[in-house]
Amino acid sequence: MKERASRPTAGVIRRLPVFVFLLLMIAVPGDLFAALGGDPGSVQADQAHLQASARSIRKEAYTVQELHAPTGTVVREFVSPGGSVFGVAWEGPWPPDMHQLLGAYFDQFARAMQSASGSRIGRRPVHIELPGLVMEVAGHARSFTGRAYVPQMLPQGMSAGEIR
Amino acid sequence: MTRERIVVMVAVSILPLLAAGCGGGGAPKSQQTVTTSGQNVASVAVNSGPTGNYVNGVFTSVTVCVPSTSTCQTIPDMLVDTGSTGLRVLSSVLTISLTQQNGSGGGPIAECLPFLDGFTWGPVQTADIKIGAESASSVPIQVIGTAIPVATGCTNMGLTSLDSLQALGANGILGVGLFAQDCGGACAMTGSSNPGLYYECPGSGCKVAAESLTQQVQNPVAMFASDNNGVIVELPTLSAPAASVSGSLVFGIGTQSNNSLNAATVYTTDNLGNFTTTFKGQSYSNSFIDSGSNGNFFLDSGTTGIPGCTTDTGFYCPTTTQNLTATNQGANSASGTVKFSVANAESLFSNANDFVFNNVGGPGSGGFDWGLPFFFGQNVFIGIEGKSTPGGTGPFWAY
Repeated sequence: MKERASRPTAGVIRRLPVFVFLLLMIAVPGDLFAALGGDPGSVQADQAHLQASARSIRKEAYTVQELHAPTGTVVREFVSPGGSVFGVAWEGPWPPDMHQLLGAYFDQFARAMQSASGSRIGRRPVHIELPGLVMEVAGHARSFTGRAYVPQMLPQGMSAGEIR
Repeated sequence: MTRERIVVMVAVSILPLLAAGCGGGGAPKSQQTVTTSGQNVASVAVNSGPTGNYVNGVFTSVTVCVPSTSTCQTIPDMLVDTGSTGLRVLSSVLTISLTQQNGSGGGPIAECLPFLDGFTWGPVQTADIKIGAESASSVPIQVIGTAIPVATGCTNMGLTSLDSLQALGANGILGVGLFAQDCGGACAMTGSSNPGLYYECPGSGCKVAAESLTQQVQNPVAMFASDNNGVIVELPTLSAPAASVSGSLVFGIGTQSNNSLNAATVYTTDNLGNFTTTFKGQSYSNSFIDSGSNGNFFLDSGTTGIPGCTTDTGFYCPTTTQNLTATNQGANSASGTVKFSVANAESLFSNANDFVFNNVGGPGSGGFDWGLPFFFGQNVFIGIEGKSTPGGTGPFWAY
């Protein structure tokens, strides 16, 4: 049960993002990005708001738009073939502007945060499951991760675990 | 690696033969002693806290003074949090007036610090601090309150404002984590790479401010005159759920006869304060140890097969207690196994008298958050970044 690192390919992996980044700086138009539930035509605001560079990763059932903000925060927006953003995942030193990323879902998230259930309190990760929104925040000061998705909007056959 | 490390690792490999029973986080380890005497020791208690409903909160008392005066206030029920850095006190419990820090434009500096389920907002002020017999002068701290309206950038995170006793469940937070400042170099920068935690707030409204390292809210331990290279959280083995458990917060690592590393293994962290936990063949590099998390939080029900609770959402509710094993590995390649248990949180909470548990867990996206259950029965060392100890330079954990 020792280390399981991917050392042999580390060099390739280290160089790859620079190459992909340079390629996509040319290839990806800014207006592909949208808040959760939005369509590509609706927003280029996330990228602009985060002042982020971007790259696009095409999977079989969806496309991932990856935004790199100068703060070190990385946001991945999951876009269906029909052009809807059905999930958002992020990691970085501090939480990003959720108002921007969640769009129309922000109020639902904020309300759920205010009315956490259970009789006991204590600091712990956020795990909210509403009928139309799943939202998680974890980590600690200087290293946060989180994700939000609309279960009903996931492409057929896709596991929610892929939203990372 | 170094010869010292090899010696430590050999010692650790022999020690399981001598090991006593394991606690909640219990990998095989040497017999634990909870230090209770020494000028570098503050007593702590795990209990239901000032609101009477906190699960697995570890609390201590902190004295704050107006700088260079004897005008002081001792504040009990401060949450001991190794997952954050800096002292934060609710303005509603503070009865003395501390010194406000002002920005370059003359306006007061305020901060927005995100925690997982909420944020603390309020002015940065300066205090002399005493914890046990240790003291630090002119320490920037945060006074949590909304006398200055919360900046929009803070509310846009969607988190709850932890500005009341009811919301915070403590009189404040004593952040004694891996770092010397709460934010670090990023908050000292101007422009788009500044994450926007610090604001200068003249009457016209708050604007993001570049806050130098020394102006930022500081780890008070790093500013102690001595015993300032880290802390040890010492909590005894927990054999059953309890209403309250006593322990110690010990200052310094290898600086006194009561704070040596002994056989503890040092796990260095990456620059974000994470190490790697491997569970069922998968490695999670965003993993960490945090006394301020009130359970062991990891992965999700889909990955672990452990169902979540329906009432106490955010916890796991397995039908039978799960006994699990994981492996932690530091950036220095030191590794060791951790045995831990996850019981049904709603069953545990159904006994109204119990608030201390070594087997509560829940989902946590991204990796493993080894919370307070990890601390029972083993002394956990937190080495502060850039500070030298007999076990090497921080940031690291050792246990």
